[in-house]
Order: sequence, then structure tokens, then C-alpha cells
Amino acid sequence: MTDLWSWDRAFQAVPVLLEGFQITLLATALGMVVAAILGLAIAISRRSQFRIIRWPVGAMNEFIRQTPLVVQLVFAYYLFTSISPLQIGITVIGIHYATYMSEVYRAGIDGVAPGQWEATRALSMGPVRTWRAVILPQAIRSTLPALGNYAVSMFKETPFLFAISVVEMVTAAQQFGAQHFQYIEAITLAGLIFLIASYPTSLLIRKLETRLAY
Amino acid sequence: MNNVDAFIAALPGIGRGILVTLELTLGGAVFAFLIALALGLATRSRLLLVRGATRIVIEFFRGTSLLVQLFWLFYVLPLLGIRLDSLFCGILALALNYGAYGAEVVRGGISAVSIGQFEASRALNFTSWQRMRRVIFPQAWAQMVPPFTNLLIQLLKGTALATFILLHDLNFFINELRRSTGDTLFAYGIGLVIYFVIAYLLTLGMNAVEVRAKNRIAAGPTLREVMGLKPPKARSQIDQTPRSRMTGVIS
Repeated sequence: MTDLWSWDRAFQAVPVLLEGFQITLLATALGMVVAAILGLAIAISRRSQFRIIRWPVGAMNEFIRQTPLVVQLVFAYYLFTSISPLQIGITVIGIHYATYMSEVYRAGIDGVAPGQWEATRALSMGPVRTWRAVILPQAIRSTLPALGNYAVSMFKETPFLFAISVVEMVTAAQQFGAQHFQYIEAITLAGLIFLIASYPTSLLIRKLETRLAY
Repeated sequence: MNNVDAFIAALPGIGRGILVTLELTLGGAVFAFLIALALGLATRSRLLLVRGATRIVIEFFRGTSLLVQLFWLFYVLPLLGIRLDSLFCGILALALNYGAYGAEVVRGGISAVSIGQFEASRALNFTSWQRMRRVIFPQAWAQMVPPFTNLLIQLLKGTALATFILLHDLNFFINELRRSTGDTLFAYGIGLVIYFVIAYLLTLGMNAVEVRAKNRIAAGPTLREVMGLKPPKARSQIDQTPRSRMTGVIS
């Protein structure tokens, strides 16, 4: 029982894990950029006056939101063999979270007072100016905490990239375990690193939430 | 035609895969619900020690990733001399992870019940069990169902990870179908549609639960009224006032 947990092995595992952690962070950051932009595009096009845009976008949105991310990842991985797994991973995670984000944006946009829409019409602003100068600045403010919460939850779902052989932290931990015939240190440490990184962030977001509430 | 033949040949496997996925989903959901109730109620404990310990447990299972927990149960626990069946391993990981998320839902639902309800049940000399069972929980429950629906769908999506602890769930058989047909688009198209249908049915079921929960506290029509083809009766003004303030005590 004494060699169950070896500090030696634990220290060996740390650099390997941190290397994987960089990929985890990279995937989260870029994935979130994709999600934030695409989510907004989805939310706006679901308010389009043309049914031919609204309907397919809405249906695709629901379909992607309700099906497992892992399956989508593997699907894209086999479908686009010429693209690197990491790029596929970031794109698929980004698209998956864009469908969550679109709901958040939608709530934010619905929260803008109807008088604001009427005012832009009264001032005969075009659609671009209406969105850019009036609606979005008000809508996005209230979506910031949700954006943060989804960033944290995306961070915790990047290990799913394991499925498409991207060596992020958990894959690195698993490989390390397999090489040394001992999983306990690497996997435990990977979990702890997740906890250490995500808990303060979610505290920060909770603070932001109370700060922005008005 | 080749794809169709392969699909028909794969049907028994897919059926078994769906069964495993459903076992994981329902097993995980039941245990997650129990964990969520226990932890959610414990966050309201009067004892600082209980509250603190609960907080740590919740943040621990929320903060470490689901896949890490799954791997930990699957790869590390056997080293400690505890060997779990793969299926139970999956159910346990899902239950712990989503139970921790659900605890927040339970806590939020209970704290959303207005303070007057607590005071009223105290004034009527209810025991704390009666207060929770008859007054507070039915109202909190109506608030909890929609977020629980979201968590249930998340949990269903999480079950696809079971393939990595060598379970033969739906995800596994989709990949088998891809191998036998060589047609990724076909195999994964079908697979995703099956997941979507399961998610849709679960959502429908949960919507029914939500209607019942609201009806029970006189805040909505009965399930029969919702499902029926007759147009809903115009509700009187009294019915539209938030009844949550006056219910519970009556029953």
C-alpha cells in the first residue's frame, strides 16, 4: 500500500499535465471566441423577419444543443480527415456552445425595452445601426456573467477532446498513467488542476453577477 | 442499399446500445436526484460544519471535470481495492457530477419560496418535516423542474462518455456502424437523430411533470386540460393571481 501514491511520479507527471493544460486553455479561449460570435449570429438570425432564415437556424440550433458533444466531435473528426484534430475540436466545441450562447443572447435581447426598438424606428435608423448602436450594447451587458459561466463549463468539457486524440490535460494524464502503469497520481492531479483553475473563476463570475445586477 | 442492409444488420446492436444509454441516463438521474436533494437540503443546515462540508463536496464535484471523475472511478478506484462494474461506474460518475449541479437547483428552488410560507407553517405549528413536505417543497418543486429538465438533457449527453470506460452504449454502436458501412455521414447522422429523439422524449416527459407540479400548487391547468383538444377555459381573475402565496397551508 505504501507505493500507492508516489510523490516521485506525481512530480514527473506535473510538467506533462501542464503541457496538456496549455492545450486545454487554448481550446477554451478559442472555443469561447467562436461560441460568442456564432452564438450572437444565431440569436440575431433567429429574429430575422424571413421564415426561411429563422426556421432552419432554429432547427439546427435545437438539434446541436440536444445531442452529445462527444458524438459530434467524433463525427466531425471522421468527416474532415484533412483538418487537424485540435482545429476540429475547437470548432465543434465552439459551435456546440454557440447554441447555448444564442439562448443567453436571446434572453438579453428580449430584455431590451420595446421602447428602444420604437425609438430607433422613430429616428429612422437602419437595421445595422439599430443593432450596433442601440440594442446590442444593452443586451450584451446582461449576458456577461452567463458568458463566463459557459466559459467555465466549456473549460471542464475540453477533456472530451480525448475522444479525437487531442492531447489536452486529461488525455496527457491518461497516457502518463498508461506508460507508468499507475493512474492514480496523474488523474488525481488533473482533477485538482481543474478544480484550482475553475473554482476561483466561478467565484469571480458570481461577483461580476452581483456587480452587474441592477 | 448497402447502407440500409448494414443498418438492419446493426439494429440489434443499436437496440442494446440504446438500452445501455437509457440505463445510464435513468440510473444516473435517479441517484443524481437523491444526491441533489440531500446536498441541497444540507446547504440550508443550521450547523456551520454541515454547511461547510456540503459546500466543499458540491464545489469539488462541480469543479473537477466529468471525464476526470469517470476516469478516476474507472482507473484509480481498482488500485484502492474497489472494483466497480463499468455500468455502475458510469452511473456513479454521472450521479455525483450532476447531483452536485442539482444541489444548487434544489437550494435555489427552496430559497425562492417566500419567507411568509415558512412563517405561516410555523404559526400553524407544523413540524419541520410537515413544513417541508406539505408547504415548502411542493412550491419549490414547481420552480425546480425546468432547470432539472436542462440537467437531465445534459446528463443524457454526458452518457456518451461511457464508451471510454468500455461500455457498449449507443455511441459505441454508432461507431461500429460507421466501421461496417464506411459511411460516417450515414452512421453519425442516424446516431445523432436517435440521441435527439431520446432527448426530445425526455423533455416532453419533464414538461408533463412541470405541468403537474404547477397544477398541484394551483398555479396552472391540470395535465388533462393541457393534453386535451378542448380550448382552455378562460380562467377567472382569482386564478391568475400568484396563488403560490396562499397554497400549501390549505391542503
